[in-house]
Amino acid sequence: MLGFLLRRLGIALCVAVTVSLISFSLLHLSGDLATAIGGPEASSEQIEQIRVQYGLDKPLATQYVNWLGDVLRLDLGNSFFFQESVYNLIASRLPITLSLGAMALVVALVVAIPLGVLAAVKRDTWIDRLALSIAVLGQAMPSFWFALMLIVLFAVTLHWLPVSGNATWAHFVMPAIALGYYATPAIMRLTRAGMLDVLASDYIRTARAKGLRPGRVLFKHALRNALIPVVAVAAVEFGFMLGGSVVIETVFSLQGIGQLAWDAIARNDFPVVQAVVLLIALIYIVLTLLADLLNAVLDPRIRVR
Amino acid sequence: MSTPATLAINDYLPPPSGLGRRLRHCFGHRGFALGAGLLLLIIIGAVCAPLLAPHDPYAQDVMQRMKPPVWMAKGTWQYPLGTDKLGRDYLSRLLFGARISLFIGLAAAVISGLIGTVLGLLAGYFGGKVDALISYLITTRLAMPVVMVALASASLMGGSLNVVIVLLGCLLWDRFAVVVRAAVQQIRDAEYVAAAQALGCTTPRILFSEILPNLVGALIVVATLEMAHAILLESALSFLGVGVQPPTPSWGLMIAEGKPYMFFSPWVIAIPGVALMLLVLAINLLGDGIRDLILPDGRN
Repeated sequence: MLGFLLRRLGIALCVAVTVSLISFSLLHLSGDLATAIGGPEASSEQIEQIRVQYGLDKPLATQYVNWLGDVLRLDLGNSFFFQESVYNLIASRLPITLSLGAMALVVALVVAIPLGVLAAVKRDTWIDRLALSIAVLGQAMPSFWFALMLIVLFAVTLHWLPVSGNATWAHFVMPAIALGYYATPAIMRLTRAGMLDVLASDYIRTARAKGLRPGRVLFKHALRNALIPVVAVAAVEFGFMLGGSVVIETVFSLQGIGQLAWDAIARNDFPVVQAVVLLIALIYIVLTLLADLLNAVLDPRIRVR
Repeated sequence: MSTPATLAINDYLPPPSGLGRRLRHCFGHRGFALGAGLLLLIIIGAVCAPLLAPHDPYAQDVMQRMKPPVWMAKGTWQYPLGTDKLGRDYLSRLLFGARISLFIGLAAAVISGLIGTVLGLLAGYFGGKVDALISYLITTRLAMPVVMVALASASLMGGSLNVVIVLLGCLLWDRFAVVVRAAVQQIRDAEYVAAAQALGCTTPRILFSEILPNLVGALIVVATLEMAHAILLESALSFLGVGVQPPTPSWGLMIAEGKPYMFFSPWVIAIPGVALMLLVLAINLLGDGIRDLILPDGRN
């Protein structure tokens, strides 16, 4: 188990370093940064001054090492546009994105797991087909469009929910549905496949043969085992949701890090873009690491691989 | 992701006693039939757009702005799906928009398929250090938030059709690599591969003419998934304004342009959205159908 743990940690660390390198190079895709920061009206002296001020006159490798050193000390630089430290900007907005992600995950799990179990138990009936159709339809909808349609229905037509903003929990309902619905099909299919596998296994037959009530067999014996892979996928989906929140937050004007990233992208505010991409990638790396470890704890067979 | 143990297509199809019988077998699968039919309709609409479109998709007419579609109270057959804020015929734009979506989906799937297949082949066949390196590449790629990286890169490079295609092609290869790698690992020790090695075939020959043909089924299935994925991502990029640029009729862009009017005329965003959903649905159904038909082991 220790070897497994160390190997996974090592890989995660290497990936984190590579990701930091990629987020760093994102910044240099556009060509000359100093010109971009200075804007079209800057004189050549001003641009030169910016170059020195931001350390852009140094070799790229030096710039990267300096940047990485700062990042490790949690100094993410200053935003060009917001005139504030990137750390403060992210710190003030991360809670919103995390709450949105958590609510979206709850929506996804609450819809997907019961549907998956139902589809597996009622295999090849209309219930199964209906659940699969919901999954297929869910995967086919662009999330931003689904979000807009939710606004038209619940905010404009029915007046049940506010259109945009993040003042109360009600503001989070539609974004969470829009973001969570996209993860539902994957989790539902996985639950269904896991349940089908488990229900066909010997110990379920034994449990049934010794006369346990069907409900007990289903939830105590079968579902627990079927959900092992779901745990890992749910963690990974949570990471995807944080990345995908940029679109949903923009549609609903939720002031989370997704919206922050989008504002920064639109204004060439590179320090912010870099930091957000790096942060989301790091969260994803930690989540997959935790999911792997959790899986290894729950299912000893994985450790051997 | 579960990868079926056997990937030989012919074992699972009825004996090749004629195209008709094969087609009947395929269309007996409801999802496949529905997906293929729907996709065929959309392709016909896209290819024949110049013939089918009642108006020029770029022609503006200020006197005919925001006309509702024909099923609404003031709709007319002159503009069956209404007109947009510049008085352009919505049906014509929708038909030409199908070309953009299909082209981007196809091109992105081809590029990402090439990258992913080569990486997967190398990782699966050679194993060891090569595999470790490529698996590491895949892990790194998975850790990058696709939407955000795509948005930032598209914004930096300036949105255009070509930028979107190359970007998506370079971002969506991971599933190809994972699936190909796993499949190659299972067949690299097969007897016919050993035979080819014993005969002295070169490694590229073994990879491309002995191993690759066995992966065609799996590749087609992954290609449909990634095509759908690319189409959805393009619509999101265009919706946010960094993808395909106006006045090109991209469906994502049409939703963005209709957004300010959605409170009073929800149909302006509903129509292109439904089109997107139907296209992605058709591709997904087709992919699921192909998987069921040629890779029954992958079915649960």
